[in-house]
Amino acid sequence: MKIEPGGAIKEPGSSIAYKTGGWRTFKPVIDAEKCISCWICVGFCPDAAIEKTEKGKPPIIDYDYCKGCGICANECPKNAIEMIFEEK
Amino acid sequence: MSEATSLLASGHRACAGCGAAIAVRQVLEAAGPNTICVNATGCLEVTTTPYPQTAWRVPWIHVAFENAAAVASGIEAAYKALRAKGTIPKDKKPNVIAFAGDGGTFDIGLQALSGMLERGHDVLYVCYDNEAYMNTGIQRSSSTPFGAATTTSPAGKVIPGEMRKKKPIALIAAAHDIPYVATASIAFPADLKRKVKKALEVEGPSFLHILAPCPTGWRFGTEKTVEVARLAVETGVFVLYEITNEDPLKPIVTKKIKDRKPVEEYLKLQGRFRHLFKPVKRQDIIDKIQEEVDRKCKLFGVDED
Repeated sequence: MKIEPGGAIKEPGSSIAYKTGGWRTFKPVIDAEKCISCWICVGFCPDAAIEKTEKGKPPIIDYDYCKGCGICANECPKNAIEMIFEEK
Repeated sequence: MSEATSLLASGHRACAGCGAAIAVRQVLEAAGPNTICVNATGCLEVTTTPYPQTAWRVPWIHVAFENAAAVASGIEAAYKALRAKGTIPKDKKPNVIAFAGDGGTFDIGLQALSGMLERGHDVLYVCYDNEAYMNTGIQRSSSTPFGAATTTSPAGKVIPGEMRKKKPIALIAAAHDIPYVATASIAFPADLKRKVKKALEVEGPSFLHILAPCPTGWRFGTEKTVEVARLAVETGVFVLYEITNEDPLKPIVTKKIKDRKPVEEYLKLQGRFRHLFKPVKRQDIIDKIQEEVDRKCKLFGVDED
């Protein structure tokens, strides 16, 4: 590995090469019927692992990075997100 | 996926449910991509930049624990000099934001912070406060609240955890008579983002103190980070206010609380206060915490009639 002067990292956001999804014990699953597309879960995700879609549709969870903290399920005003045990 | 939208990318190594990561995402969302970040040593620095990777999608620099404010001052001054010399266009003026935890702000970086505020650099200094040195293993800092157990203020038979009060860092910053000081909570993102925008708009230094609960150090379930942050505000433990230099002695409460909840609701969620409930309930300590919160809420005028 070549170390740049000053330990510089030249590629922004290169941490995406590291998938943190393997940390998960419980997996959030969105109930599309209950979801009102308020995007509250999107803003509260510490891992930027939930993405907005269009109004009327639920957001998309990126299981490559979701660590399964459960904040989205806890904060959902409609209880539309369920944490289910992760089967490997 | 959501890669392009967040200026703090996925794949960072912060614990599941990290409050600091939420705080930084909210700050960067309000600040936008035209931003240079300076980071003190701490959880945020360690978890977001495991060499040779980085989670940052904005220019970012880490130097040492104590000098985030000094480095930010240097960046701001360099841009000023380059503009004056005509090396870069006159309108090239990126936001400079310094991020530091409570250790890097309340304790180790206080001198550099005070210098930056006094010299009047146009920098926003953000302290994400998780109330102890979480990165090294939950040692107390001068931000650790009364009654909390940490590895260096353990709860035993004689001493029930930390016995000193939390340092009022935002008021210390405000005492420098700077244009803008505010406290914010990750549980109230609209309020937080408005404060970031206001802080970046003013000419001169601004200081933002964000309470960022830490599931690992505060010992609560990872799903409760935002809930705990909200309860801190609703119980009056953490007051949301802003101070401008129109009257640096008069904080303006931005979130008044109707029917303030008892502090017990906030304390009982967290394992760092478990010794106040088990094996015997230490009502005396809980009352003392409540008394102090009541006093502070009265001073700030938190309660809404």
